Amino acid sequence: MSPAQLPITYDLLPLFVAIPLGSAFLVSLFGKKLRGFPDTFSNLATFSLLSLSLFSLLLIKRLGTIVYKVGGWIPPIGICMVLDSLTSFMLVTINLVAFLVTIYSISYMERYTAKWKFYTLFLLMLAGMNGVIVTGDMFNLFVFLEIGAISSYALVAFGVEHEELEASFKYMVMGSVASCFILLGIALLYSYTSSLNMADISRTLAQKGGGQIVFFVSVLFIMGFGLKAALVPFHAWLPDAHPSAPAPISAMLSGVLIKALGVYALVRIFFNVLGMTAISSSILMVLGTISMVLGGLLALGQEDIKRLFAYSSISQIGFVILGIGMGTTLGILAGLFHLFNHATFKSLLFLNSGSIEYATGTRDLRKMGGLTSKMPVTGYSSLVGSMSISGIPPLSGFWSKLLIILAAIEAKHFIFASIAVLVSILTLVYYLKVQRLAFFGELKNSLKGIKEVPLTMKLSMITLSIICIFGGLLLIPGVQKNFLNLATEVLVNGTNYAQVIFGSIK
Amino acid sequence: MNKKIKQPGMTLIVKTITRLTVGLILLYGIYIVTHGHLSPGGGFPGGVIIALSFIHLMLAFGKDLALKKLSEKLAAFFESLGAIMFLTIALLGIAGGYFFFNFVFKGRPFNLFSAGIIPLCNIAICFKVGAGLFAVFVALILLKITIKRE
Amino acid sequence: MIYLMCLILFSVGIYCILVKRNLIKIIIGIGIVEYAVNLFFILVGYRAEGRAPILIEKQVVQNMVDPLPQALILTAIVIGLAVTVLIVSIAVRIYEKYGTFDITKIKRLRG
Repeated sequence: MSPAQLPITYDLLPLFVAIPLGSAFLVSLFGKKLRGFPDTFSNLATFSLLSLSLFSLLLIKRLGTIVYKVGGWIPPIGICMVLDSLTSFMLVTINLVAFLVTIYSISYMERYTAKWKFYTLFLLMLAGMNGVIVTGDMFNLFVFLEIGAISSYALVAFGVEHEELEASFKYMVMGSVASCFILLGIALLYSYTSSLNMADISRTLAQKGGGQIVFFVSVLFIMGFGLKAALVPFHAWLPDAHPSAPAPISAMLSGVLIKALGVYALVRIFFNVLGMTAISSSILMVLGTISMVLGGLLALGQEDIKRLFAYSSISQIGFVILGIGMGTTLGILAGLFHLFNHATFKSLLFLNSGSIEYATGTRDLRKMGGLTSKMPVTGYSSLVGSMSISGIPPLSGFWSKLLIILAAIEAKHFIFASIAVLVSILTLVYYLKVQRLAFFGELKNSLKGIKEVPLTMKLSMITLSIICIFGGLLLIPGVQKNFLNLATEVLVNGTNYAQVIFGSIK
Repeated sequence: MNKKIKQPGMTLIVKTITRLTVGLILLYGIYIVTHGHLSPGGGFPGGVIIALSFIHLMLAFGKDLALKKLSEKLAAFFESLGAIMFLTIALLGIAGGYFFFNFVFKGRPFNLFSAGIIPLCNIAICFKVGAGLFAVFVALILLKITIKRE
Repeated sequence: MIYLMCLILFSVGIYCILVKRNLIKIIIGIGIVEYAVNLFFILVGYRAEGRAPILIEKQVVQNMVDPLPQALILTAIVIGLAVTVLIVSIAVRIYEKYGTFDITKIKRLRG
């Protein structure tokens, strides 16, 4: 049976939100009584989500863009869910990382008291992220954004120690102010266009013309979504929040949450709804460059391994925004490819730091040394991850950084290209520092008795490092045409999004 | 006698009035929930009012008696049950063609039994919001603060 | 003209979050900012000489205010409630660990 005849075809989209929501509440009901229930059930849920998102890639090829009318109401009266190539690209990224992180947390979360609470909050956060990506309606985006953000506030404060509570409080205050800015932007956009559907807003703006209110709304959205994506100058919550969370949650936060809630929403609204103007393009590029430089410089002096990785996240997101902000086809392709790569290698690095903490009990770089002799899997996968993020050929990070620099040169932004090259060298410097201090060198006497981490943790790290090594294969012309180029076309299409959506409603 | 035995809760006047009104508050909350499709209200405000009736009981009589009426485990159970009911109603709509499709028999408008799944959704939301708000209040009350001086 | 009042309320809330030193006053500031944004959204839906958007049997309706913002703001108020509840519980736990509500003394993370 071809996919067009399978009964599940059109009802695929709500399942991306319904499966994690249902599993979260089922785990909350039964998690305390049955022993192994939360583990197996959540892993089953994330595995089914991963297979559904890989299946959606196939569906896009056969059926084109799918628009699902929730409740049978025709948009723009009703809410619609949209599955186009950018959506399935983000879905694959997020569910892949989520699945590997759930496998990792089977063993890691044994140290915390209430594991079922962790899985409930984790699945709620995943439901929020999937909802942001799949929806086609502005207020629905806001609701799912809040679901994901509130669950992450609670997860940052999961082990209730001093630093975690303080970090979570700071994150929450800044996050709620950002959400208020986003709601204000949505209110202004509604008052101007009297519609909430993204395709309808884009069509109305094309007819009515922009003007000052669209500029004001785009500034509000840059402030709101920029805080969720940790652009400078809205980055101040990230170096406190990401290290304080438990390691699987740091991997999720730094690997996918800032991308799904921040970068994806920003990009979708700017390219498809509001239309990319020269001013917004230059604002995004300048903010991206400042993030790159500031994140890199601040990461040099850190001694806490997770705080260093957090500053490095700010720097790499700067790369992604620089690439996407250029607006050219090669730039958007480079930015999206770097987004996918960063999800894999940053989560690999955070899972590594979690394994180090599990085995040695410390996060301070000055107290570690020579860990590769006792923990080979962690050591070698960390080596692969660090080399990939610094851009050493032939690992995946090299290709995406090369593409960003080539795109900057092609668009004649020579200053940005040279800054990107310098920041890449800076990235190599501080990752070499991490490798030297943590993994190579002499094993300290206090660390003589450590052992390698359990099997499930090893499995996730090995899988992620294999994806890092072979990530460059995504640029082979046959594979690239189906995966990355389709996603780029959606954004390059810009405000033709409205015609695509209204043409696909059946 | 120098010492008075401390009774839990508030004074006698408050307790008497509470005995009379707490049932009426509960009934008012149920009215707002079930008439959500005819007059303003619905799941959220109705759930809050139902939670308020239990909190009123706790404020007037002390936490032991209120927890005997609705313990925190039961509140957590109702909360998850409400969410699962809501999701089940939404997923059953797939049988009618779409997520959230209105498949239940729709009577004449302006009657109580009309508008398909909307009253059922309201009841599910009322369970979740009411139980959730009560559980939060109980959690904050039962937290024993041990202040560490450093 | 009435939108100016919303802007003033918003600024008062932002002032509270930025300047005050007590944790609870910051939480109240967040509440004021949320009120201001919700109020703005509802006022966007006002139509001149409209009445409440309720259909009653056997009555002909002339002019109604926009009911869509009212449904959206109900959701936004509940989201604000959830955030307030979470942030208050974290503030209570901070008091338990640090012994103070003053943010100038809660500064273990730096760098």
